[in-house]
Amino acid sequence: MYKKKECVAMLLAGGQGSRLFALTTRIAKPAVTFGGKYRIIDFPLSNCINSGIDTVGVLTQYQPLVLNEYISNGQPWDLDRSFGGVHILSPYQAKGRSDWYKGTANAIYQNLYFIKTYDPDYVLILSGDHIYKMDYSIMLDFHKESGADCTIAAIRVPWKETSRFGIINTAEGGRITGFEEKPKEAKSDLASMGIYIFNSKKLYAYLESDDRDKDSSNDFGKNILPKMLAAGENMYAYTFEGYWKDVGTVDSLFEANMDLLGETPTLDLSDASWRIHSRNPIAPPHYTGKNARIKNSIVSLGCDIDGTVENSVLSSNVIVEKGAVVKNSIIMSGAVIKAGAEINYSIVDENAVICEGAKVGAPRKKGVKIAVVGRGYLVESGAVIGGGEILDNSEK
Amino acid sequence: MGNTMGIIFSNIHDSDIPELTQSRTLGSIPFCGRYRLVDFALSNMVNSDITKVGVITKSNYQSLMDHIGSGKDWDLARRHGGLRILPPFGVQENTSLYNTRLEALKNIIGFIEKSNEQYVVMTDCDLVCNMDYDKIVRQHIRRNADVTMVYACVDANETASSNSMVLKLDGDERVTDISFNPRVQGKANLFANVFILKRNLLYNLVKDAISHNKHHFAADIIARNVESLRIYGHKHAGYFAKITSLQSYYDKSMELLSRDKMNEVFMNNNVYTKVRDSAPTKYGEHAAVKNSLIADGCAIEGEVENSILFRGVKVARGAVVKNSILMQDTIIGDKAYINCIITDKNVVVTDGRHLSGCETNPFYIRKNSKL
Repeated sequence: MYKKKECVAMLLAGGQGSRLFALTTRIAKPAVTFGGKYRIIDFPLSNCINSGIDTVGVLTQYQPLVLNEYISNGQPWDLDRSFGGVHILSPYQAKGRSDWYKGTANAIYQNLYFIKTYDPDYVLILSGDHIYKMDYSIMLDFHKESGADCTIAAIRVPWKETSRFGIINTAEGGRITGFEEKPKEAKSDLASMGIYIFNSKKLYAYLESDDRDKDSSNDFGKNILPKMLAAGENMYAYTFEGYWKDVGTVDSLFEANMDLLGETPTLDLSDASWRIHSRNPIAPPHYTGKNARIKNSIVSLGCDIDGTVENSVLSSNVIVEKGAVVKNSIIMSGAVIKAGAEINYSIVDENAVICEGAKVGAPRKKGVKIAVVGRGYLVESGAVIGGGEILDNSEK
Repeated sequence: MGNTMGIIFSNIHDSDIPELTQSRTLGSIPFCGRYRLVDFALSNMVNSDITKVGVITKSNYQSLMDHIGSGKDWDLARRHGGLRILPPFGVQENTSLYNTRLEALKNIIGFIEKSNEQYVVMTDCDLVCNMDYDKIVRQHIRRNADVTMVYACVDANETASSNSMVLKLDGDERVTDISFNPRVQGKANLFANVFILKRNLLYNLVKDAISHNKHHFAADIIARNVESLRIYGHKHAGYFAKITSLQSYYDKSMELLSRDKMNEVFMNNNVYTKVRDSAPTKYGEHAAVKNSLIADGCAIEGEVENSILFRGVKVARGAVVKNSILMQDTIIGDKAYINCIITDKNVVVTDGRHLSGCETNPFYIRKNSKL
């Protein structure tokens, strides 16, 4: 039987996401809710299937339960296949070796056997903490045409922000001449998006030699890519134009959600030609009561809104009772905002309960930080939670 | 409950609501924002652990097939049992389409014969309710009944439709008489068109009816045998809506704008439906929405009150929508005003149009119309 895939995607989903604080106490970063009904991982998974890539390995390590349950057999993304499809790859015990994933490169190295099952010509490496819509098949075409051994997707960032990114220096045609990790004075405004395509044989060789190098930290950005460049391999930058955001921090996660709002949103998810698929909740249409006032917001299935909601993103089954006010906030699924409670510039995680009259967060203005109420947290009646406070009752 | 199978009649009352069934079956009539009527029957089956369900179709069933597909959204895509669509089966001596429940059953006699479940639950697609068939089958067995007929106790005016059957019961809830479209006053035991019986009894009854050239299951088989068969009623408690006309479709839809009823139907029970992967609904800066049910994928810039919006509906800025039901992908243009309107799928009401029906006579706009 002929068994082969041209391109296999490997999605790095094991990171803890410590800069999301309470939001990732119980779940891995890629499982964090985004845009009402989505989880971050819906974006790379949907991009894969929309780009014609039907074989995806998802590398998990930190708090994988919710993520595993969510991905399950991959059916929502059409990734339930008899050959290929989505596979959860967690660290495992092997003969003579049983390790956690030590770095991004090591995570892939430990799963080379999985990749080789499909005998791919190319391997696409993705990360599970970015919000973007991208056709990987165009990048793959670019990779083939340029004759590269490795192609790195890159996006132009504002010059004043270059010090936050891994910067790629290129020559004509996108050929990579150097990398600079968070440079003080960048020579280029092209930032790496953490998306790589490798010719599979090259990837295998470099991962194997990296594993033998005891001084390596087994990381793509720090070790593999610089080694390839030093060895004179053909490396190209593919410049992506479009929306892309790393949502690894509370602020960037908040901003990316807000990018969905407004008449002409920076990020539009209603485009039927590039749907973002997700596991849908079993819930009826949302209900707006007689006292509801909803403006410039996103509201998902199963919500019951009888209060005021402005400039906010509500996930499924959120209840906002009469007299409650939610402004400039993200409320995740199953949270309850009881009568008279006020939420300002906050992220309220799943199933949290804000009791009557409680105040969470401070009105959004310069200098005020986002308040975070962790999963299942109960904010008692009349409590006042200031801006920037982080409530988390599930630290173990 | 592995010993019970389900049979759903998707077309049987099509003629009651000719407007909405012009291009679809009764079962595929859109309901309550994101559902089709068949979802209630299918979900009740699945929630009662019935995992083999035959759906009988007759005509216009493309939309139904499109909706239920392999049955995976109901967890009915199974290796054993699962969903079976049962389209008309033409044989030489009988090439015309069936017209009655009995003829439909004759058509699937092979499916009934080859199944191995002991009991059969038969239902139509005109009900909006949560019905626990498991409980009903248990009671059926306890009573040693031949046939159980589920009914609801309703106001007499609810029995006015052309296909209503009213049950007369004795103190043990045994059915003593079945009347068709009777004049009744006060309360009446309205039959919900849900039968429970043993599969081999159903097979024998249908076989016998074929050989005696009978036409109607309820009238010729059940009603004539209230003495020889042990027929029991089972009263359905809880929310119950029977959709029998365009008016009742409108009334029963609007009834769900009450939070209590809504929660009863959808929050105590999972009602499954086909997933469309729409983005969540967006409210604009000038949106004003009150007392309404809004599905996913809508974009609302205008004013909406006492209305039900299906997936992908767009209400432009300055538009006013009141007391209306807007099906999938309806577009209401700038400064349009609509009141007591039912728009079918893909209707476009252009800028500035004023349209109004009234509560007792909602105005229906056909699929794909542009006004």
